Amino acid sequence: MSQSKELLQVSVRRGTEDESGLSTYEVPQQESQTILDVVTWIQRHREPSLSYRFACRVGMCGSCAMMVNGEPRWTCRTHVQKVLRDGRLRIEPLRNLPVIRDLVCDMTEFFDKWTRAKGVFEPTETRDDEFAAIKPSDPKRMQANAAIECINCAVCYAACDTVNLNRAYLGPAALNRAWTLANDDRDGAYYDRLAAVSESDGCMNCHSHQSCMTYCPNELNPTASIAGLKRLASLAYLKGKL
Amino acid sequence: MSLAHRKDSLWIVQFVHRISGLLLVLFLPVHFYVLGLALNDAAELDQFLKWTDSPAVKFAEAGLVGLLGVHLFGGLRILALEFLPWSPRQKTYAATALALSFVASVAFLLRAF
Ligand code: HEM
Ligand code: SF4
Ligand code: SF4
Ligand code: FES
Repeated sequence: MSQSKELLQVSVRRGTEDESGLSTYEVPQQESQTILDVVTWIQRHREPSLSYRFACRVGMCGSCAMMVNGEPRWTCRTHVQKVLRDGRLRIEPLRNLPVIRDLVCDMTEFFDKWTRAKGVFEPTETRDDEFAAIKPSDPKRMQANAAIECINCAVCYAACDTVNLNRAYLGPAALNRAWTLANDDRDGAYYDRLAAVSESDGCMNCHSHQSCMTYCPNELNPTASIAGLKRLASLAYLKGKL
Repeated sequence: MSLAHRKDSLWIVQFVHRISGLLLVLFLPVHFYVLGLALNDAAELDQFLKWTDSPAVKFAEAGLVGLLGVHLFGGLRILALEFLPWSPRQKTYAATALALSFVASVAFLLRAF
């Protein structure tokens, strides 16, 4: 598309958790424009008080996710052309998280769940020990690698209907993280972690409808990771370890 | 709240699975009641079987067989997804489960008439 000066009709949800409404702005369309460009244009030219988050603008930091026309997206790498519907955009804060203001969500519960799922590496050795030798071709390492590139954007968390119905559910991102550690041979909290993720509101609550996988901007597959945890937890249970 | 993410076929497959499971919960008590008649009340069972001769009831029964098929094959798909190594062909499997239950339902109709 050339530098057409057509106007986008952009509705942005403004306000707080308790009280919010849609404000509509006309934004000049540009080539290769991203949703984050649109939000930034509105803040710079129309609504200086508009609150939103971003940092890297290149899909690394995971801070810019929002609902765009009802679907969770990383806005810095989502082109307007891809998601525009009848010349309109509706931009809202991420689903399933409390809103602080405008497009900014409170991520506390999202990250608390990473802790609850024991998403922290538990070393078995110290810095004085030799490096652990782990082959890149090791099957467990390959499974961890397939799930490791998570940017904590909470797009999957916003897409998950199980989180929507049960806010206590750990959710795809935290469980995906736990799966990478469950496949890490250097980690020393294997059974503790399996116990943590298979408590109520844990991996067994997942219904495998794959919305997380459909939307993850890094093309990770939390559904497969959670299925893996279900298998490991079931096996540990049969062995009497859980 | 927006429902945009619910147009994905994998989401719909999961929804169909849940609805079919709930409908089975409604249907199974009736099914067992009729089976119970076979043991206890031959006359009433005969009357019931006569009722099931009507084409409308046969079509309804084929629907139930289809329902069970959808839940059975769909349920096996979920179990395979969760307990076997991941396969990227989930949509194909879902379509296969649907096709198998359709075949089962048609096969039932052919035998019923
Ligand atoms: C024929 C063999 C069957 C298989 C292989 C099967 C398999 C499954 C599986 C794997 C699930 C879990 C789905 C999920 O994670 O959301 C499920 C859910 C369910 N099943 Fe079955 N099932 C079978 C028979 C039945 C029968 C006979 C009934 C009715 C009495 C039934 C009622 C349900 C219900 C109500 C659910 C909950 C649906 C949900 O939460 O999404 N199932 N089934
Ligand atoms: S597959 Fe599991 S984690 Fe992913 S969206 Fe569905 S319920 Fe949520
Ligand atoms: S799994 Fe994907 S969608 Fe979920 S937080 Fe990580 S990068 Fe984002
Ligand atoms: S701004 Fe960092 S991922 Fe979008």
